[in-house]
Amino acid sequence: MTGRRPWWKTALGLVFTALMLFPVYWMVNVSLTRTSDLRRDPPSLFPVNPTFEGYAAVMSQQLPSLGTSLLIGFGCVALTLLIAAPAGYAIALLQLRGRGPLNFILLVAQMIPAVVMAMGFYAIYVRLGLLNSVWGLIVANSTIAVPFAVLLFTAFMSGIPRELLQAARIDGAGTWRVFRSVVLPVSRNSILTVSLFAFLWAWSDFIFASTLNRNGNLIPITLGIYKYIGNNTTQWNSIMATAVVASIPAAILLVVAQRYVAAGVTAGAVKD
Amino acid sequence: MSTNSTTVRGAGTPGGASGSMPVAAPPRRLPVRPRVRSTQWAALAFAAPLLAYLVVFYAFPLYRNVELSLHDYTVRAFVQGNAEFVGWEKYGEVFSSATFPKALRNTALFVLVSIAFQYTIGLALAVFFRNNFRLSGVLRAMFLVPWLLPLIVSASTWAWMLNSDNGIVNSALAAFGVGQINWLTSPGMAIWAVTIANIWLGIPFNLVILYSGLQNIPGDVYEAASLDGANAWQQFWRITFPLLRPVSAITLLLGFIYTLKVVDVIWIMTTGGPADASTTLAVWSYREAFGTGQPDFSPAAAVGNILILLALGIGLVYLQIQRRQEES
Repeated sequence: MTGRRPWWKTALGLVFTALMLFPVYWMVNVSLTRTSDLRRDPPSLFPVNPTFEGYAAVMSQQLPSLGTSLLIGFGCVALTLLIAAPAGYAIALLQLRGRGPLNFILLVAQMIPAVVMAMGFYAIYVRLGLLNSVWGLIVANSTIAVPFAVLLFTAFMSGIPRELLQAARIDGAGTWRVFRSVVLPVSRNSILTVSLFAFLWAWSDFIFASTLNRNGNLIPITLGIYKYIGNNTTQWNSIMATAVVASIPAAILLVVAQRYVAAGVTAGAVKD
Repeated sequence: MSTNSTTVRGAGTPGGASGSMPVAAPPRRLPVRPRVRSTQWAALAFAAPLLAYLVVFYAFPLYRNVELSLHDYTVRAFVQGNAEFVGWEKYGEVFSSATFPKALRNTALFVLVSIAFQYTIGLALAVFFRNNFRLSGVLRAMFLVPWLLPLIVSASTWAWMLNSDNGIVNSALAAFGVGQINWLTSPGMAIWAVTIANIWLGIPFNLVILYSGLQNIPGDVYEAASLDGANAWQQFWRITFPLLRPVSAITLLLGFIYTLKVVDVIWIMTTGGPADASTTLAVWSYREAFGTGQPDFSPAAAVGNILILLALGIGLVYLQIQRRQEES
């Protein structure tokens, strides 16, 4: 058996992965380096004298930003699900008229550059006084996720066996009951995938944060890092420590929900 | 038939709390139409949040954007809302600006070089991971990491790695006798530096899509080929590559659209500089609107609209290719 699965391929795979993940390792390495060692030439490949001063700086300065990012991430997930799940149901199972053009619009919506959306939102938010507010950011961030989410829900819900829905109808369930008690529970996996991506995109967003929330009291972590870079160009260990902390959700999701990540990436691309 | 349908709809939901759902347990003798019609209302009700959302949060910002590009918006006019209508003047200014040819060249370079390398490396890795060796699943998952990290994290890490004096890249190159390269601060290198970082960012996406495309190629095709004596290289060019063409097309299309709108990576690493050396159209638009102390929304919106047209153009080319493939 072992002959069929040669070890050298595993070795090669390990080398490739190590090369690919080197920047991530380097981020961790620099985050543990003492300020006095940052300018050493050549830089040391391992954190020989590790220090946590960078992380101490994160904890004392960036905790509020982390909270804001969490809030925005969860708000974005809720808003996205609230809009996309019923829409997917209508398109996939209720034969909504005009679903062809609607699908096309959703595809086109994903092509619009975030800069363009940011300018449009800025122009609107200036008047409504929504600049520098968490709610404004939640809405703006959700525009990244909603078209994707609707397309993903539609694709998944189209595959739900009709017998299941008919059985529920015969039992006297209305459209809403069918949605709540049959379609939603069956769609659990796609709900997870959508939530995961909506959260991650909102958490990672920089463009909307840096345009719609430039002078806010509550800034998300991405903006926290950006301002940090601007203020302390010498303190790269603290900057990298913040970056490591900002990567934690991605790491958790990769470990817990890797299956859904791969499913989501593929669903965005391989449609019928 | 029509009378029938009215009575049925009038009867509505006996005892049902929600009037919009008379579809529950339809008596069998009913014609199909009323059911379809009432389902349409239900469908519309379920889609209503999305439709409202698209109008308010997509159509309206886009409309505002077009409006911005056709007026002369200064900061004061922006708040007061009394900008002067100038027609296509702002587009003229954009096209005749000295930045435009540079931004166009940088955009072409950034997009084409990025997707060429992302696709090639992604495909090579996908083929490599197709052999189910030990740990292949775990390693493939690890490859997702760059894609999951917030862009600001990756971009600032790359910025520090490419730092002229203290970066690991230069010190590694020095070991091979290469002199100091000013990756981010020399006009000739900046665009290549951000392209390298962007290639790294895009590899996971290409790998995942192409890998799932490979899974759909049945294994017995390869078995037949190897019985006929085809070696691995021939198998790739005669089987894998042709059968993967639809997936490759969508991968390249999405890569193009995503790369066209990249702002964060470039902005964080070089802010489009030095001078305009790494300014793409998207970065230019961002800088005009938000990057300086003096926001200039009208040209920024004009550049943004040009970007949308570019993306749409590529989308249409893709649809055309897809249609031709389906016909043949």
